[in-house]
Amino acid sequence: MSVLLEVSELRASYGAVRVLHGLDFVVNEGEAVVILGANGAGKTTTLRALSGMVETSGHVHFDGHSIVGSRSEQISRIGIAHVPQGRGTIVDLTVAENLRIGAYRRRDREVAADIERWYDVFPKLEARADQQAGNLSGGEQQMLAIARALMSRPKLVLLDEPSLGLAPIVTQELFRTLGELNHTEGLSMLIVEQNANLALGIGSRGYVLETGSIVVSGTTDELAGDDGVRRAYLGV
Amino acid sequence: MVSRRQTQVIGLVMSIIVLVLLIWLPHHNGSTNTLRWAQVLYIGVAAMGLNLLTGYNGQVSIGHGAFFGVGAYTSALLMHNHGWSFLPTLLVAAPLCFLVGVLVGFPALRVKGLYLALVTLGLAVLFPDLTKKYVHATGGTNLVSLNRGELSPPAWVPTSVSAIGRDDQWAYYVCLGAAVVLVIAALLIVRSRFGRALIAVRDHESAAASVGINAARVKVMAFALSALYAGIAGSCSVLVTHLANAEKVQTFQLSIEFLVALVIGGTATVVGPLLGAWLVVTLQHWISDTLPQHVGSLGPLKRVLGDPAASPALFGIMLILFVFVLPDGVVGGFRRAWARFVRNRNQTPHHAPAPLAT
Ligand SMILES: Nc1ncnc2c1ncn2[C@@H]1O[C@H](COP(=O)(O)OP(=O)(O)OP(=O)(O)O)[C@@H](O)[C@H]1O
Ligand SMILES: [Mg+2]
Repeated sequence: MSVLLEVSELRASYGAVRVLHGLDFVVNEGEAVVILGANGAGKTTTLRALSGMVETSGHVHFDGHSIVGSRSEQISRIGIAHVPQGRGTIVDLTVAENLRIGAYRRRDREVAADIERWYDVFPKLEARADQQAGNLSGGEQQMLAIARALMSRPKLVLLDEPSLGLAPIVTQELFRTLGELNHTEGLSMLIVEQNANLALGIGSRGYVLETGSIVVSGTTDELAGDDGVRRAYLGV
Repeated sequence: MVSRRQTQVIGLVMSIIVLVLLIWLPHHNGSTNTLRWAQVLYIGVAAMGLNLLTGYNGQVSIGHGAFFGVGAYTSALLMHNHGWSFLPTLLVAAPLCFLVGVLVGFPALRVKGLYLALVTLGLAVLFPDLTKKYVHATGGTNLVSLNRGELSPPAWVPTSVSAIGRDDQWAYYVCLGAAVVLVIAALLIVRSRFGRALIAVRDHESAAASVGINAARVKVMAFALSALYAGIAGSCSVLVTHLANAEKVQTFQLSIEFLVALVIGGTATVVGPLLGAWLVVTLQHWISDTLPQHVGSLGPLKRVLGDPAASPALFGIMLILFVFVLPDGVVGGFRRAWARFVRNRNQTPHHAPAPLAT
């Protein structure tokens, strides 16, 4: 397995406040990696640091590029797609337009075919193709944000708490879909979650983040067996 | 059933009817009215430009009077000092305003919301001073006024056929031509990839950046295009008012008028700004010219409404009422009414069951 994303000594700050204190982790090609952490641990900040949305220092190598200090749109162009926390859709564009904007940088002729493909995966989106994204339910918007990210044909998808605000059934369905994408397409993912049960279910390895530092790492089975993790994130 | 397609066809038919009416309008109207309609058109064009920036891209400007002024001065000076006829001046004014828009757009990247509004307000305040320093027209003032000869239509315009060559009609048709071209351009822009990017940057800048949109470039382009629209409007205004002028109050007032036209017409809609411009010009005309003539019959209100100082206040009150009744502008109100109509139509099986076989 070759390394797709290699992060070392990653620090990030908001103004004078340092939030990440030197993270080291890797995502291999075709792997789904999970980062667990409580509220305020720095999960969102980690993903924002990877996509160039906060002040960052350290080393991040992705697919042969060094990306610390690059702008978001440049990072997106080399193949990292980011599904932000909360409703990451463009609310005033229609569902179909949101998908097309996901392909903003693509020049090939397969955009329409890809849209159909994600409609097959998320049939709810097709039914509402011409409606404004702002009128969708929270879960539908989450699916749209994911489908939009995939429209760029990324090599790596960053998912920021995809389960946030979704009904348990919807969350399960969503994670099943993500798992399938990972297994059948070999799509690499970095998933940030508080819902450890589901996230550990589809990931192969994971890290636990506490106040800006990684405190535990291992395979998802190891994490699921770790006493600290079980107490903090699995509620057992 | 009223389908999307049918809605589009109805829209197209309506635009053609409106266009025919607009082409026919000067034959029906006297010179004063024709020029007032020309004014509606150029204010509408400037408001459309502001719409690309503020409505679609979310950058508020209350300084568009300055871009309008750049267009007006460019055309007026080229005609007055260099003997150009009007149309070629647009080829200079439009790119120049675009460029000025780029120059303003870059520093504007650093500020947002209210702060951006303040910076653009500064632009409206600064512009008259610049013209006073660099424009030396009659009597050392910054007022460039043009005579009939300088404003006359080019030789190829038929003077006999339906009197298009009459000064007021020439001015009107130029404004109409500019408005039609720029409405079509705006339609194409907002439905293009760039148009989607404008909205994406407005709604969710970091999500826009994360699909690869260069938000900074999109914002600067929005400024530039918007300035180009306002500049062309300014150029056209010279044909109507026969002058280019920049006083502080006037530049500021124009900027506000564009914003008012945009808001009461409907932000982020293509025709809204034109409807808004029509309302602004008509309301102002009605308050300052029509109302005083009838004020005699108003009895006790006469003292209040007859006072010239009352007209801005009256205008303000009407705007407040307007925004109260139609919070999302004329177009927004119309859309809601239309949606209700479509919904009712589509539910008619409720009243008249559809036949099983046809
Ligand atoms: N824009 C900001 N400016 C200043 N501080 C911030 C900002 N965003 C986040 N922080 C701080 O950074 C820390 C980490 O925040 P972050 O959003 O990364 O947490 P998180 O792990 O994603 O939490 P949650 O599970 O609640 O989403 C928090 O202490 C937060 O207060
Ligand atoms: Mg978060």
